[in-house]
Amino acid sequence: MASLAATFGRGAMTNGWVDIKNADVILAMGGNPAENHPCGFKWFIEAKKTRGAKLVAVDPRFTRTAAVADLYSPIRAGSDIAYLLGIIRYAIETGRFHKEYVQLFTNGPYLIGEKYGFDDGLFTGFDDATKTYDKTNWGYEADPKTKAYAVDKTMENPRCVFQLLKKHVERYTPETVARICGTPKETFLKVCEIVTSTGNAQRCGTITYALGWTQHSTGVQIIRAAAMLQLLLGNVGRPGGGVNAFRGHSNIQGATDMAGTFEILPGYLKTPAGPQQTLKDYLEAATPTTLNKQAWASMNYWQNYPKFMASLLKATYGKNATKDNEFGYAWLPKVDGNYSWMYIYDDMYRGSSKRLGADEPAPEGLITFGMNPMGIGPNVPKMVNALSKLKWLVVGENYEIETATFWKAPKEYGGPDPSKIPTEVFQLPASGFAEKDGTFTNSARWLQWKWKAVDPPGNAKTDQEILARIFLAVRDLYKKEGGALPEQVLNVTWSYSNPAAPDLGEVLKEINGKALVDIPDPKDKTKMIRTAGQQLENFGQLQDDGSTACGNWLHLGVYTEAGNNAQRRSTADPTGLGMYPNWTFSWPANRRIMYNRASADAEGKAWDPTRPGIVWNGEKWVGDVPDIKPDSPPGEYGAFIMNAEGVGRLFAAALNDGPFPEHYEAVEAIIQNPLHPKVTSNPATKKFSSDKDVYGKPDQFPLVCTTYRLTEHYHYWTKHTEVLNQLQPGFFVEIPEAYAQKQGIANGSKVRVTSARGSIEGVAMVTKRLRPLQVDGKELIQIGFPIHWGYSAGDTGHTGPLANFLTPSAMDPNTWTPEFKTFLVKLEKA
Amino acid sequence: MSLDIRRSSASVWGSASGMRTAQVVSKYIDTTTCIGCKACEVACQEWNDLGPVATEQVGTYQTLPTLHAEFWNLIRFNERDFDGGLAWLMRKDQCMHCDEPGCLAACPAPGAIVQYANGIVDVNPDQCIGCKYCETGCPFDVPRFSATTGKMAKCTLCVDRVSVGLEPACIKACPTGCLHFGTKQDMLELAKGRVQQLKGNGFAQAAVYDPQGVHGTSVITVLAHGDHPEYYDLPVDPHVPWGVKLWKTIVRPLGAIAIFGAVIGAFGHYMNHGRKGVKGADAHDANLPDA
Ligand code: SF4
Ligand code: SF4
Repeated sequence: MASLAATFGRGAMTNGWVDIKNADVILAMGGNPAENHPCGFKWFIEAKKTRGAKLVAVDPRFTRTAAVADLYSPIRAGSDIAYLLGIIRYAIETGRFHKEYVQLFTNGPYLIGEKYGFDDGLFTGFDDATKTYDKTNWGYEADPKTKAYAVDKTMENPRCVFQLLKKHVERYTPETVARICGTPKETFLKVCEIVTSTGNAQRCGTITYALGWTQHSTGVQIIRAAAMLQLLLGNVGRPGGGVNAFRGHSNIQGATDMAGTFEILPGYLKTPAGPQQTLKDYLEAATPTTLNKQAWASMNYWQNYPKFMASLLKATYGKNATKDNEFGYAWLPKVDGNYSWMYIYDDMYRGSSKRLGADEPAPEGLITFGMNPMGIGPNVPKMVNALSKLKWLVVGENYEIETATFWKAPKEYGGPDPSKIPTEVFQLPASGFAEKDGTFTNSARWLQWKWKAVDPPGNAKTDQEILARIFLAVRDLYKKEGGALPEQVLNVTWSYSNPAAPDLGEVLKEINGKALVDIPDPKDKTKMIRTAGQQLENFGQLQDDGSTACGNWLHLGVYTEAGNNAQRRSTADPTGLGMYPNWTFSWPANRRIMYNRASADAEGKAWDPTRPGIVWNGEKWVGDVPDIKPDSPPGEYGAFIMNAEGVGRLFAAALNDGPFPEHYEAVEAIIQNPLHPKVTSNPATKKFSSDKDVYGKPDQFPLVCTTYRLTEHYHYWTKHTEVLNQLQPGFFVEIPEAYAQKQGIANGSKVRVTSARGSIEGVAMVTKRLRPLQVDGKELIQIGFPIHWGYSAGDTGHTGPLANFLTPSAMDPNTWTPEFKTFLVKLEKA
Repeated sequence: MSLDIRRSSASVWGSASGMRTAQVVSKYIDTTTCIGCKACEVACQEWNDLGPVATEQVGTYQTLPTLHAEFWNLIRFNERDFDGGLAWLMRKDQCMHCDEPGCLAACPAPGAIVQYANGIVDVNPDQCIGCKYCETGCPFDVPRFSATTGKMAKCTLCVDRVSVGLEPACIKACPTGCLHFGTKQDMLELAKGRVQQLKGNGFAQAAVYDPQGVHGTSVITVLAHGDHPEYYDLPVDPHVPWGVKLWKTIVRPLGAIAIFGAVIGAFGHYMNHGRKGVKGADAHDANLPDA
């Protein structure tokens, strides 16, 4: 989601599932929604049936999405940036983009400083020793007179973003795209024509994606390219438009919102870094400033950061958080480096955590809930050896997953002999999703309450009870024995009716937040906007002086005085566009389409009156919940309020691998980069250097391989379920028919797939749905196989190899997401 | 919903007098928006308390090669090359609930197969003797012998749900809306509309599959390649095998004495010519009672 945040200001699906029905064109790329999101896919079908929408599926495989698409385009796995920049080039060349929108709502007219440049595969500011960029080279130019951003509304200045973009994509001609992506030129041009048919006020199209884009060493930049294309076509903020990220799990959006990764706190606030020892220092670094202060200024909504942070600290430490102690800021852990999970496992494997020069011991214990590291991480041989070094391991699960039984992994995974493994494993029986209530936050940012269907069986406990009991026990130990920094634990507020098993309704209430004292109305101090103890209604009510508590500012509105809004189930649809404003609660502020200010033109009229997002009625914005100050007339503020400059970013200096996307080969590259052979793969990509982190070359591993999921299974879980095993009974390898025939591989026969990391066996599925491609003048073969199997299953007839036995530990430099989708293998008859 | 019986196996025809006014129901299957998710497969099993069946990976997405006594609803996957393109066809296979049910015609056990006034064709396990004749009478290769119960098993069109005003379980489960349920009339309208749309979308051969050789079915299917039902594993022009008709209309009324000879004679021919080979213009059998 880093790319969407860098482009639009927030890292989430821009529109929503239902809104897909409003699209004229749907580009499904980097995802396979029919198979992986079959329920949401109904809105694709709805768009096709009711609007005659065109569905274009771009995928290395002809998938079940492709089966119902209007046009299918093959593509070489991992070459998506070239493809998307090719469409951008086509749009600019042919003038099939929404120029007025670009001028109004994007940084296309903004000038970039002289230090920016791009040459032979590298942007300026690259340090070869650290493999990092100095991003200050990519800054905006300020107007010497006004000190505001220098802007050329005509977009003709060669240093303006639009011209820089035009120049950057010049190389991506249809011929080049065909050469890099293996897509026939005619097919590519057809796709260009369909997609750019929405580059105007009348029509609107959406782009949907999922892990087929994120799981690359260039993943964030692929999504950036899509986001830029949508800005160029004027499709962001509009019903039927957007860049719609489909999350891989029912509550992964909720997990991210609530700080699922190490670098963020709830509500995407930043984890404090070591040098930020005081709240003041921290807030100074974290709160963005803007040069846009006058007309067409930016709301720069993040300027409210101190309010969000103070309220979070109050929600965390309660009465112990005072103005004098900076609301307990000192107790928050500060990070001194990268603690994303692949780094943690690397630490475990190497036996040390090197951070900012300090050399600390590796973790000796691990608590893991709701994930199966043995299955989901790349390079399983390293993982099994990493886990084998732990003293203890706690797994909270409802099945005996591979992680809990890592010591039983088959020999070929290369783990130590079980008798040599010192790890004590505790499996805590946890409840499944239907055995507990709470919310699921879906891709569309809806916090939907669900009610428990059945009690957990036997001794199984809910996650919150397990965590609460651990917390209380640890707190007791600190109380009794003291230790290093006991305040950090002792000062945490824990005021639930049942401290050992908190009611999730109470937790949700706490996340929403409340007024701690009476809050006067700034316009009329005699009135109160909230009285002490009342639940807050919106994040406009948050304060930075400790008078409000809020566990996640972004979720504010989910549990107000009106009650638990996640439980709302009204199907009233006043706009007829499927916004359902009283169905659950959608962050932010119950807004259904983010950046909806951009759905209207400079005067505040809908670009397409049949599909208005919000419109200006002379006094205020009406329609969806406006993503702008509700009474600010058109022209007062920019449409992208979370970006300091107030506009969507065609050029984004925030990412670690460049302000524009550029085509790079996967870390395991099948060819040299045809555009710049000296810089083949993403120069800023992250790799590890242990003896287990090995990467293959095409001379030994001549095929490109990709991994994916199936409709019939959910992750590594449902192989424990008989009914679903019946539907997809076992692991298979999809092989292009033309290639299989040459190799004498029969459908249903056994094959062996080997990468630099390992080797697995499976049943050959010989298919027409994968075809040899012509890439860079040579025939290129792609194969693929699904994840979902492993050595632990209820019925041994349905075990299978872990797909990630073969995948490399190479990562995107922004999100540290592994490159599961493109790696090199060889294939043999088994 | 009426559960009056229109026809019953091995009974005198015409017992359904006065049933012509009952609404015939139908499933609607739009293969062009089916994503092969198999929700309908599972819903069918769950509702009808079937399976699971032991399967193994043999190199296909299709759950089983054909229908099974514990698996009445199967999505058939077919890959097909077209000029420069590829189609991956998915079609929901199940009992078609023929207006002229060959299974019923072939069945020698009184009341073992019934056709309700609403068009649903159902096996009554209490009466079924497990002789498998219905298997041979069916032009769609549907009924299956269950070794566990010793009876025949197939889709009931969720007659238990439909009779209390619910849609069949498969319809309820389908996430894309490619399945609908209603009166045959309404479903035909829906199908025609969709075919029009497909024609406008470049599928000139799109058609509704409602084979008249069996007087139409209570499962109507929208096919993008309507000129090639066989691409979807559907018979091009299904008919009740003539041997079965003979058996039903002439031989059976002659009485039980003639049964064995007739069966051997009639089915012998059928075995030689195969089920799907039945093609062409078999004259409409005017002797059969009309609905
Ligand atoms: S499809 Fe076969 S089993 Fe079903 S009604 Fe027709 S003949 Fe009988
Ligand atoms: S549930 Fe619907 S979409 Fe899914 S396989 Fe069955 S008919 Fe097709």
